[in-house]
Amino acid sequence: MSLLTFTDKGIYCRQGDFYIDPWKPVDRAVITHAHSDHARPGNASYLCHHFTEPLLKLRLGDVSVQSVEWGEPVFINNLRISLHPAGHIIGSSQIRVEYEGEVWVASGDYKTEDDGISGQMEIVPCDVFITESTFGLPVYKWKAQQELFFDIQNWIGKNREEGKNSVLIAYSLGKAQRLLKGIGEIASNIYVHGAIWNVQDTLMKAGFNLPLVKKVFPEMTKDLFNSDIILAPPSAQNSPWMNRFLPYSAGVCSGWMQVRGNVRRRNADAGFAMSDHADWNGLLSVIRASSAKKVFVTHGFQSAFSRYLNESGIESAEVKTEYGDETEPESENKLSAGENAGS
Amino acid sequence: MKGFAELVRILGTATKTNDKLNALVEYFTQADDRDKVWVIAIFSGRRPKRTVSSSLLIEWCLEQTGLPSWLFEESYHTVGDLGETLSLLIPEGNEGGVAYPLHYYLEGLISLQKSTDEQRKTFVVNSWKEMSRNEMFVFNKLITGNFRIGVSQKMIVNALARVVGNDASVIAHRISGNWDPLTFPFSELTGRQSGLVDHSKPYPFYLAYALEENLNALGEPADWFAEWKWDGIRGQIIRRDQQLFVWSRGEELMTDKFPEYQPLGNFLPEGTVLDGEIICLSSERTEGIGFFPLPFATLQTRIGRKNVTRKQLTEAPVGFIAYDLLELHGEDFREQPQRVRRENLERIVENIHSPVLKLSPLIPFTDWDELGLTRLRSRELGSEGLMLKKKQSVYQTGRKRGDWWKWKIDPLVIDAVMVYAQKGHGRRSNLYTDYTFAVRKGDQLVTFTKAYSGLTDVEFNEVDYFVKHNSLEKFGPVRTVKPELVFEIAFEGIAESKRHKSGVALRFPRINRWRKDKKPDQINTLDDLQVMLKLYGK
Repeated sequence: MSLLTFTDKGIYCRQGDFYIDPWKPVDRAVITHAHSDHARPGNASYLCHHFTEPLLKLRLGDVSVQSVEWGEPVFINNLRISLHPAGHIIGSSQIRVEYEGEVWVASGDYKTEDDGISGQMEIVPCDVFITESTFGLPVYKWKAQQELFFDIQNWIGKNREEGKNSVLIAYSLGKAQRLLKGIGEIASNIYVHGAIWNVQDTLMKAGFNLPLVKKVFPEMTKDLFNSDIILAPPSAQNSPWMNRFLPYSAGVCSGWMQVRGNVRRRNADAGFAMSDHADWNGLLSVIRASSAKKVFVTHGFQSAFSRYLNESGIESAEVKTEYGDETEPESENKLSAGENAGS
Repeated sequence: MKGFAELVRILGTATKTNDKLNALVEYFTQADDRDKVWVIAIFSGRRPKRTVSSSLLIEWCLEQTGLPSWLFEESYHTVGDLGETLSLLIPEGNEGGVAYPLHYYLEGLISLQKSTDEQRKTFVVNSWKEMSRNEMFVFNKLITGNFRIGVSQKMIVNALARVVGNDASVIAHRISGNWDPLTFPFSELTGRQSGLVDHSKPYPFYLAYALEENLNALGEPADWFAEWKWDGIRGQIIRRDQQLFVWSRGEELMTDKFPEYQPLGNFLPEGTVLDGEIICLSSERTEGIGFFPLPFATLQTRIGRKNVTRKQLTEAPVGFIAYDLLELHGEDFREQPQRVRRENLERIVENIHSPVLKLSPLIPFTDWDELGLTRLRSRELGSEGLMLKKKQSVYQTGRKRGDWWKWKIDPLVIDAVMVYAQKGHGRRSNLYTDYTFAVRKGDQLVTFTKAYSGLTDVEFNEVDYFVKHNSLEKFGPVRTVKPELVFEIAFEGIAESKRHKSGVALRFPRINRWRKDKKPDQINTLDDLQVMLKLYGK
């Protein structure tokens, strides 16, 4: 009997009778991070990291949450559960499950580079590792964060010279905070969309130290903005909300921007391949370091990535889940219902 | 190379025409003259002949990266562009490596024409090692050849005109024609004086927009000529210096492809340029018109072949339907009014009396309603609609509104269900946008066409979502999907085809609209297509 099984409700642990990131309502949910495809409403109780708790409540309302520190064990029926940093967004955690000496890790979404706000991803040795594969093809290789910040700063500088506002399009939870850190160095005046403001406000109240920003209110008009920087979520791009920033240049920050066609499709003036997911080499390095004997591959390029692992001598199988899959890289369709996984 | 790669990057992401124009002007102001000649050549379709095959590039990439070939395929289907896929997989070169100019690489590639594969590999792999990702992308695109980055030749011409301070129309004429970027100097291409004479040089084509408004807005019917619109290849036949040249609208010299035109060289007066349609003609003729054109599919058998066979000459004989005269006795005739050009054209064609040279007949009409009725006969005459030309108009350069209009007939349409989907290329990479459609035959479905265009981005996203959630099987890049979505497919013509399961080939098929109101059991049948073939396929 496997410690974790894949069911039509989510990743299930029979021994502890709980689900990890379930997509249908269950009694006990262990949550890796607060993005809407991993943390869904309707569960009777939630277990997550301390940092995830306020974000979960922001998105799901006043739900019943138990939160823990990284590495702090929780015991159920002789089963040991602990959370470990995943480096994806603030609070994101890998779920380590141990029973009678066997260790499984469900990693949710993760990235290997320390972005300075999400925590350095921890390598958790295990027997079985469940990995995402959002960018599981070798064409996805990220530049270092510092280099990307440098590119973005240059772009902002050029826009200023041309008298344009710079609108950066980024997911409101995760990417936006990461960007703030990078551009906070060169600007004192940063405007943000309401969705980003809400996340910012929640995090500040929870004690996070983030650069100060200004919220964009509906009554704010064109004359107010002059070579400024604005952060907005993907749902705002190409909407009338943007008109107040004219003339502006729009830069989309997403791993999908690695491919030129996506930049053009998004109608972006600039694309920055900045992702909160591991790139090809990142995925491989984590899997190898985990020394897992078996790897289950979820959402993304699961069939190609799983095949590659098998051919490299790591036993692997692909698993169908309902986490932000390949289908909607920009999650445009679902945005109205709340944002999808940051990419 | 760095400067050119940067230019390509800006042109690829700029969404406004003016930004593109500025980037070109800046480039032409700064770049090396030899590089500039190459840039003009590349953007006007004069790319050097290809010397390195895709399979070699892929082989070297696999060697450099150690990746299995199936993973290369997967990556390629996601990225949707070979040159880009290579540049994303191959490790970037060292920062601050040797910076060679653009012409170094292009001339290097040309010099590989007679080299061994090993020599080719040395040049390409060493070049990769010196390049950033951006430069590598551009370099690969130069090798593989399909550079499409949203810059028209017109924009190049305008940028050059601004930089060298010369007339756009003069530059447009200079850069058309037969010149070799290896040897041609920049000053000759754009300067005020030109010492070299190129007898083959065609004039830039005047192109019509589709009629946008009510005919009555055009004013007096008596001020206009109406002609049938023919579905061939737009071309110019030039006789200068005792020689005959045939140019297509794509500015390709096609003289050798159409030996039928050679006798015209003996009959056309020296210094003549005709504008008209290159088209296959049947042995039949329609009363009052004098010829009957064969479908475009027939002409297609003639292009893309290096040598014309005797069989082709009998099965797909070409003619030239002349409708304009751009030069007579060596004199540029384009500033003459349409009426005058037409009179002279008629005289020339009638004098020659050649079986391959036909005059595009004028359609008599006294009011617009009458013309509207005549237009309905288009399809039975093998024409795709009407052309309206103002009698007083001069021959302009490029696509312009006002004096010429095309008034095409409504396309043929058929309702079909989508059965296969494949990811698109370019801006549609990683999105299922290339579809195959089927009609019913009893309780079976028979595929009959692919179509790539006609939906909005929002609709494409919706269909993409459907495909990803309703796939039945996966064959490499192709997914079989549940036959559920019904689309109206529009097309310009239909011809018999032995290569297709359905037995028909369509001309310019595209998605007309998504029939969300229809169920798959309400689509058309193969019999319906056969009826269309009988009616319009000849």
